[in-house]
Amino acid sequence: MKYYDKLIFEISKPGRRGYSLPEPCSKCQGADAIPATLRRDKAPELPQVSEPDVVRHYTNLSQMNFGVDTGFYPLGSCTMKYNPKINEEIAAMPAFGGIHPLQKDVPGVDAVYEGMDKALAAITGMKHFTFKPCAGAHGELTGLMIIREYHMSRGDTKRTRIIVPDSAHGTNPASAAVCGLDVVVVKSNVQGLVDVEDLKPLLDDTIAGIMMTNPNTLGLFEKDIREIASLVHAAGGLLYYDGANMNPLIGTVRPGDMGFDVMHLNLHKSFSTPHGGGGPGSGPVGVCEKLVPFLGVNVSGFNGNFGVILRAYAYILMLGRENVKLCGKLATLGANYIKESLKDLYKLPIESVCKHEFVFDGLINDGAREGKEGAATLDVAKRLLDFGYHAPTIYFPLLFHQAIMIEPTETESKETIDGFIEVMRKIAAEAAQDPDILHGAPHTTPISRPDETTAARNPILKYWDA
Amino acid sequence: MAGFQYFPHTDEDIRAMLDRIGVKSFDDLYADVPADCLYQGEYDLPDAMTEQQVRDYFEGLASKNPRLKVFAGAGAYDHYTPAVIPYITQRSEFITAYTPYQCEISQGTLRYIFEYQSMICTLTGMDVSNASMYDGPTAAAESMRMMVAQAKKKNTVLVSNTLLPQVRGVIATYAKYAGITIKEIEAENGQTSKASLEALISEGDVAGAIVPSINRFGIIENLDGMADALHADKALMTVYCDPSALAVLKTPAEWGADIAVGDGQPLGIPLCYGGPYVGFMACTKEYMRKLPGRIVGETRDKEGRRAFVLTLQAREQHIRREKATSNICSNESLMALWVTVYLSLMGPEGMKQVNDLCYQRAHYLYARLLETGKFQEVFSGAPFLKEFVLKPLVPVAELQKRLADAGFFGALETDDGYVSFCVTEKRSYEDIDELVKAL
Repeated sequence: MKYYDKLIFEISKPGRRGYSLPEPCSKCQGADAIPATLRRDKAPELPQVSEPDVVRHYTNLSQMNFGVDTGFYPLGSCTMKYNPKINEEIAAMPAFGGIHPLQKDVPGVDAVYEGMDKALAAITGMKHFTFKPCAGAHGELTGLMIIREYHMSRGDTKRTRIIVPDSAHGTNPASAAVCGLDVVVVKSNVQGLVDVEDLKPLLDDTIAGIMMTNPNTLGLFEKDIREIASLVHAAGGLLYYDGANMNPLIGTVRPGDMGFDVMHLNLHKSFSTPHGGGGPGSGPVGVCEKLVPFLGVNVSGFNGNFGVILRAYAYILMLGRENVKLCGKLATLGANYIKESLKDLYKLPIESVCKHEFVFDGLINDGAREGKEGAATLDVAKRLLDFGYHAPTIYFPLLFHQAIMIEPTETESKETIDGFIEVMRKIAAEAAQDPDILHGAPHTTPISRPDETTAARNPILKYWDA
Repeated sequence: MAGFQYFPHTDEDIRAMLDRIGVKSFDDLYADVPADCLYQGEYDLPDAMTEQQVRDYFEGLASKNPRLKVFAGAGAYDHYTPAVIPYITQRSEFITAYTPYQCEISQGTLRYIFEYQSMICTLTGMDVSNASMYDGPTAAAESMRMMVAQAKKKNTVLVSNTLLPQVRGVIATYAKYAGITIKEIEAENGQTSKASLEALISEGDVAGAIVPSINRFGIIENLDGMADALHADKALMTVYCDPSALAVLKTPAEWGADIAVGDGQPLGIPLCYGGPYVGFMACTKEYMRKLPGRIVGETRDKEGRRAFVLTLQAREQHIRREKATSNICSNESLMALWVTVYLSLMGPEGMKQVNDLCYQRAHYLYARLLETGKFQEVFSGAPFLKEFVLKPLVPVAELQKRLADAGFFGALETDDGYVSFCVTEKRSYEDIDELVKAL
């Protein structure tokens, strides 16, 4: 990756154009015929560039980026698996791309939604799905709205509190707040699991339900889930399943069988659609039978991200009935293999078999000594970039101070994983010898560590601010 | 193991990995899962298909959908997509990248988001844009939340009747669960009624109002005086707009708005049955720290080189959890790249030309439809750009069927019993003549 410093505005020159359009009718009035009081004073300051300028500029930008096709992402809770290329070809078919969202007679589109509904129901044990949510957090919000609708439909209006474990993804409490629910935190026990004894006293008739991630963000299976489900249900609450960590369960365990009533899936995680640098995703929400009447909550403009749903459906058809059984197992195999191969050098706070991910709490020997600061988790993460790997998820979950959360997926080979292990061991050795090597990292990327404090203190948020 | 092209593991690899872990089988890796949670049944899924079968299957599905020339808008507009855009957005370094938290290896994503923010700012006249929202309606709903959060003690948001129904619908959903009161500003001659707005403000408790720039009848609204009326009551104004039309229309900033939202879809994003699109959201500097979603800022690296980072993150869910300005995490980054490349190619002159073409062709269709004697004017003389409504004098179902049989999609029925048409630069005069003939 090399450094390229231009912004598109800086290669602009009046008189250049990158478009070809029909000539407007010279005899007729154009947009200038709109009353002047409704027109803008001056044209927007968009760049004026030729087509080759545009292509070269964005190609140069792309070369400062890392993607799944570039290398390995050991990124916990993000499930950065391979994005199959046939999916892209299907999503680009003009016969799908040209359909207006309000068109009614589209059997080929209906078949995609019906097929996906059936397939996701089979994989999760839910009854039906809505595809309107556009991302995972949007799915969480939708699922919580469904929970509220259910209680309200029964006249049970005082259920305005939701239980969220202290290990939950940040979107859980945030989605609850957007849904008008008050968050009640349940603690984790020493094994890193929801503390059932801490949960019991929280369950009263103001509880709408509990949001759980299983396996949780430590990659540990909440093995008391059946007891938790009974307790919550007995108290009149519902169970929400955060599908961000669904990957290890695909083909082995179904949330519906664990007692969950509502869940979302991240098609851009578990079902192979590309992350796109932060979307577009898709967060379909599945519900058990009694909640099907509430699936219609209106949370987005049209029919959800159809282009993403198409890709995920293609993936499921490629996977099929047999391969689906291996998906979660291979992901889990990779995670346990990395954990066992590194736990002599990195602190493993909880000794247990993990699912698709696990968490280290920093280096065992960070190299700290008289007059020398040890290497922190951030330094390990940044040093990994020098070796051609994406960094793991760091400083999350919040249960540990130096959290390093690692998740390989089933699409990474043993060789790739071995290469990563070797580099992680090398980094640990560097830290022990001289932590400054890590403090200065990364050394080989297009930029070094940026000054984030200045960015926040004196915000430059558009071209003309600089 | 049978082998599957996305799984690189050989039997030997699996064996070696299980050995290192110190277990005998996959079952041991799930020993912590209670037996009654392990799924023992067969998955009700089809047998795996080959890649060719998958392609054939989807080609078959695609061929079942009628391919119609679109003369409809209602929030999704069939503008032309230059070939460069899918070519660039399909680059694996963009499409297979994660959210740019690791800025040292994400400068490509961060730079295009910075360019996107800049372009949204120049189109809307606003000071600050975020990195994108899911779609226009959710962006409008977030602006409602933002106005209420800013007002602190006031809890009512005014929503114009002339906004698209899906925008009002999503706002109503978000409002219901957040306990926000929504009051509807009436329409008068197809436009947001200023008298109604003022009457509602005088009822008190108003945190802000959401009004359209171009409304659901296709009419370009005159928002003169509305911002003043709201600001006098310490309430904010959000303008919902079509970013393509903003290249020629008065900007939300010029109308005095505090927040601008809308859907970026008209900037060359394919219709694709409703998504993925991209919501945009921008505001004045004053409310910068209340804006939801990601924001990219410029800074310097240790060597003093220009660098871009995600900034002002103290607003976001991964830092603030339930106190965040929104729960949004993944947004529509790649679609933000899509519109950034579109706007780069088009430039100010291309955008003007698109609007001229839309204006001319839509007005041509409008006149031709009236000539048929099958329609009546509804809002005579109201200014429109590419979309308009007429009152049908024949049953709507009949109109729609004739159009569909001739290969067109148009004459969408509105809530008021009118029909709407939309003409973009993609529709030729010949297309228009054929459509009229089909009626």
